[in-house]
Amino acid sequence: MIEARGLVKAYRSAKAVDNLSFEVRPGTVTGFLGPNGAGKSTTMRMIMGLDRPDAGQARIGGRRYGDLRWPLREVGALLEAKAFHPGRTARAHLMALAASNGIGRQRVEEMLALTGIEKAADRRAGKFSLGMSQRLGIAAALLGDPGVLLLDEPVNGLDPEGIRWIRNLMRGLAAQGRAVLVSSHLISEMAYTADALIVIGRGRLLAQTTVAQLSAHGATLKPGGSLEEAFFQLTEGVTDYSGGLS
Amino acid sequence: MTTATTSGHRAASPAPGYGFGDVALMEWRKLRTVRSTWWMVAIFAVAMIGLAIVALSHEGYGQLSAADRAAFDPTHDCFIGLILGQLLLGALGVLVMTTEFSSGMIRATFAAVPRRPVVLAAKAAVLGAVTLAAGEVCAFAAFAAGQASLAASAPHATLGQPGVLRAVVMAGAYPALVALIGLGTGALVRHTAGAICAVVGVLFVLPLLFAPFSASVQDASQNFMPHPMANAMTAVKPLAHALSPWLIFALLCAYAAAALAAGAWALTARDA
Ligand SMILES: Nc1ncnc2c1ncn2[C@@H]1O[C@H](COP(=O)(O)OP(=O)(O)OP(=O)(O)O)[C@@H](O)[C@H]1O
Ligand SMILES: [Mg+2]
Repeated sequence: MIEARGLVKAYRSAKAVDNLSFEVRPGTVTGFLGPNGAGKSTTMRMIMGLDRPDAGQARIGGRRYGDLRWPLREVGALLEAKAFHPGRTARAHLMALAASNGIGRQRVEEMLALTGIEKAADRRAGKFSLGMSQRLGIAAALLGDPGVLLLDEPVNGLDPEGIRWIRNLMRGLAAQGRAVLVSSHLISEMAYTADALIVIGRGRLLAQTTVAQLSAHGATLKPGGSLEEAFFQLTEGVTDYSGGLS
Repeated sequence: MTTATTSGHRAASPAPGYGFGDVALMEWRKLRTVRSTWWMVAIFAVAMIGLAIVALSHEGYGQLSAADRAAFDPTHDCFIGLILGQLLLGALGVLVMTTEFSSGMIRATFAAVPRRPVVLAAKAAVLGAVTLAAGEVCAFAAFAAGQASLAASAPHATLGQPGVLRAVVMAGAYPALVALIGLGTGALVRHTAGAICAVVGVLFVLPLLFAPFSASVQDASQNFMPHPMANAMTAVKPLAHALSPWLIFALLCAYAAAALAAGAWALTARDA
């Protein structure tokens, strides 16, 4: 269970995250949605204790991240695709992280197999494709068999087979009773995986809802109206970076 | 889903939480599995031993003046390789920290071990052990190779002579201390190029800044600049104006401790 209470983070003038509160419950996949620059990654870094909030706090199972006794066994995170030394092999990277939380070699081998990178395990990770890097990141996140997962755009760079794999993985992890927070720009992607939704824009909470509720709302907007319709209505006016023809 | 993860949550481990030993094992595995570590240690060994052989086989003791003969210190002259060697192990110390920032690995590290000073302490312990071992092995090897290269007519040093063992041991410890200074600087500066420039600045440029001052100020300043301090620590014949080797050694240890403390503060104070 993740709880965020009044999180604020300002960079120079702009507030990247502005008084954000929400909860992520066990047994659900919670989609974390918002346009580019909405503050999703910043929020996840604050939950992980990597960035210090200017105000507010985040707790995991009632404790601050820094107070967790075996962090990797309680929280797993995929924050960026390439959070590893490019010269180290995938196996060496996982073995090093495993050591810090008293996790054995057996578990490292299992995670290499689960993410399908065992054949590349002794290659230097700097040479990995984006999709393979993403899989290595997921292996690292699952290393401690944690009850809470934070995944920042995990489908990035994955091929269709990989996307299907990660959707099933996330659903499976939630079905085992874990709390899974997964960020995305794409409401359509969340329709496949998420139960609950947290929608933010310019650092503020726009809605804490469910996929079912949001699509029901979409249907009221116009006949045959979709989930996407409802999402665009929600984020209208808070999208900082939008393209145009003229 | 094929499910290595469905085993559910693992049985609670007996230990109350991660400790220094776990983090040190992580840092040892990290240091060991990056090729550049071993390249730098290998080049360090070549520099230390090779330069000792070059320097002492070309000493030309027979052609020295009486004054130069009196000043000739066959122990100290074995460690000319420290000029390059300190830079190599100092750079290794910098890289241990800055490559984590440049690659993004630092976030994985701090997610696994949120107590940041523990991470730095574990890095210091592992790096210190590896560089001290490399430094001592190479210092004794450089000493042996240097004595073997010295012309038969020149006075030779042996480990049994007063002060010689101390000088050799300190020659091995010095580059390990520079490595720790590099590690602390890396934690403070975060960027590889900037941190290496800072270390080079302290080792080579800072002593030059005292050139405009009077001789007595220059002599006094030498006691506080790392590289001249290394000269005093590895000398068997006492140098004029130099503090005692043990005092200088203690001072260098204090520098390393200060660099690490500053690094620990910076790691904690700033976002990762
Ligand atoms: N380290 C930083 N320094 C300065 N500004 C930052 C920093 N990190 C994030 N920001 C700013 O904070 C805002 C939120 O960024 P963040 O990366 O959290 O958004 P996001 O929702 O993850 O976006 P995306 O969907 O594009 O990944 C942006 O305006 C960004 O420019
Ligand atoms: Mg982001």
